[in-house]
Amino acid sequence: MFTTWLPFEWIVAIRFLREGRLQTLFIIAGVAIGVGVIVFMSALLSGLQANIIRRVLSTQSHVQLVQPQQVTRQLRIGADASQGQLEGAIVQPPLQQTKSIDQWQAIVAQVRAMPDVKVVSPVATGPVLLVRGNATRAVTVSGIEPETYFRIVDFSDKILRGSVRMAGSDILIGNELSTDLGADVGDKLHITAANGATSVLTIAGVFDLGNKGANQRNTFTVLHTAQSLLQMPGGVTTIEVTLQDIYAAEMIAQRIAGVTGVEADSWIKNSAQFFAAIKAQSTANTAIRVFVGLSVAFGIASVLVVSVVQKSREIGILRAMGISRAQILRLFLLQGGLLGFGGSLAGSAVGALSLVMWQRWARNADGTPLFILEFDSTMFAIALVLATITGLLAALAPALRAARLDPVVAIRG
Amino acid sequence: MVQLQGVRKAFNLGTAFETEVLHGIDLTLNRGDFCAVMGPSGSGKSTLLNIVGLLDRPTSGTLRIGSEETTTLDDKALTRLRGHTIGFVFQYHHLITAFTALENVMIPMLGAAGFPNAAMRERATQLVDSVGLINWKDNLAGHMSGGQQQRVSIARALAMNPAVLLADEPTGNLDTKSADAVFALLRKVNREHGTTILFVTHNLNLATRCDKTIQVIDGLLTQ
Repeated sequence: MFTTWLPFEWIVAIRFLREGRLQTLFIIAGVAIGVGVIVFMSALLSGLQANIIRRVLSTQSHVQLVQPQQVTRQLRIGADASQGQLEGAIVQPPLQQTKSIDQWQAIVAQVRAMPDVKVVSPVATGPVLLVRGNATRAVTVSGIEPETYFRIVDFSDKILRGSVRMAGSDILIGNELSTDLGADVGDKLHITAANGATSVLTIAGVFDLGNKGANQRNTFTVLHTAQSLLQMPGGVTTIEVTLQDIYAAEMIAQRIAGVTGVEADSWIKNSAQFFAAIKAQSTANTAIRVFVGLSVAFGIASVLVVSVVQKSREIGILRAMGISRAQILRLFLLQGGLLGFGGSLAGSAVGALSLVMWQRWARNADGTPLFILEFDSTMFAIALVLATITGLLAALAPALRAARLDPVVAIRG
Repeated sequence: MVQLQGVRKAFNLGTAFETEVLHGIDLTLNRGDFCAVMGPSGSGKSTLLNIVGLLDRPTSGTLRIGSEETTTLDDKALTRLRGHTIGFVFQYHHLITAFTALENVMIPMLGAAGFPNAAMRERATQLVDSVGLINWKDNLAGHMSGGQQQRVSIARALAMNPAVLLADEPTGNLDTKSADAVFALLRKVNREHGTTILFVTHNLNLATRCDKTIQVIDGLLTQ
């Protein structure tokens, strides 16, 4: 018996779908496979991308502010500076000296107040020589504010030995450098800066940044230690910034540069090749989704075209009984929408199941998951809505055909 | 109740295959008329019925149903008038097989109202009862015999209490006993509700039992 809260079109649409249940089951299975592929692929690729980006950005900030490069101003002879003759034919590019960012405290405060900015941390960086016994290594020392910098680069999971807690005479070194120097936690290192300043620092911790070169070259100490070593009292060479939205880095970098006057380089600009690869992957993912969506749409459309032919006599009878063209149109559109919705529900379940299976079976050699997949409810909601809309759109042509059927011809069959 | 004046119907207009099927039909049916339509196959009987039933439009001439001149109405108005004024019984009963007998009878009312309701169900039950199929009301239409299906289609045609009932060879596919039962049912509807019935048949015996008989021969009408 008819369900009282369902309108006419819904009742007839559901009955028609139920009557051709094998056909309905097949097309729902088709839609489900399509939606399942989209859900699985999307989760997999976004998980993969998030993992790669997380790994790449786990050791660097999103935007780095540096003092603008020094340039040589060309002198001209004559009263009119723009028209006058150049004084020298050869212009020597200047040596880029390590200089502090002017008014960096004001810039830090200014950037910190900007929306979308998460963490701002000043850093004083410069080259130094590490000496232990006969071993000598040229490295970069970065003077940091641990409380802000460790929110940009989380050392808690990178420390192999020792601790990240640093006093003024402590230094963190990489695993490879530790091996090269034959030094470990608690050992002292003699440090000489290019300007001749020297200091003796104690190794507080040994880290692994996941990159041999980085582990050999980078060392960290507290900001004021580095400032005195580099003879840059109260100065910083870079300001590291992290953002809420990593993909807005270039836009925000330009905004910061415009507001502060310093040079701002985003990770997107600094890692252009990597970002291009990520973009290419996203484009490929979108293309796959579009083509799978199209095949789903054509599947629904073809089933409904057949259904219109099969049901043409019923359509004629309904028209003879006073059912309007608009009602017939809605009836077939609904069938498309219901097929899309039903298929996407089943497809979401298939996709979710595939993701669970993938996470269970695809593992690293040590048994840990290859990377973390996130079950994003928004993705499932979008899949549901899009598949339903696809079903409705796919049903449009057959529904119009059904609505336009001449009842006399339809009844005659 | 139904008045046709100079109704002509041609197919494939403006082409080399243009064929005129009805050549100026004049016909008046009053309320309560039970009129048999006879004639050889291809003479234009079904075309006449489709035009009276507002399923098809005449090429020229006028058709008045009640007080409404229908040839100037748009498709929406024609559909509405058809739904509320005219009932159809086809030769091949044409029930919707996805529905039960009772649901088939409810469909015209459901289409007009939008949502099912108790009054609709009650009327459909009465109609199914009146055609003697109350015990089969919950059977799917496809699981009923030809005679039973035709009786359900009569009940369905009466759902909106139409002023005009058009029956296109409703007994053509039935055995004599079932044909007599269907005819008796139509006669009962005609007498009890004053429904005007246009009854296409090849059965002379049934035609003679109608109030009047018209012949359609080569697109022309003789009474």
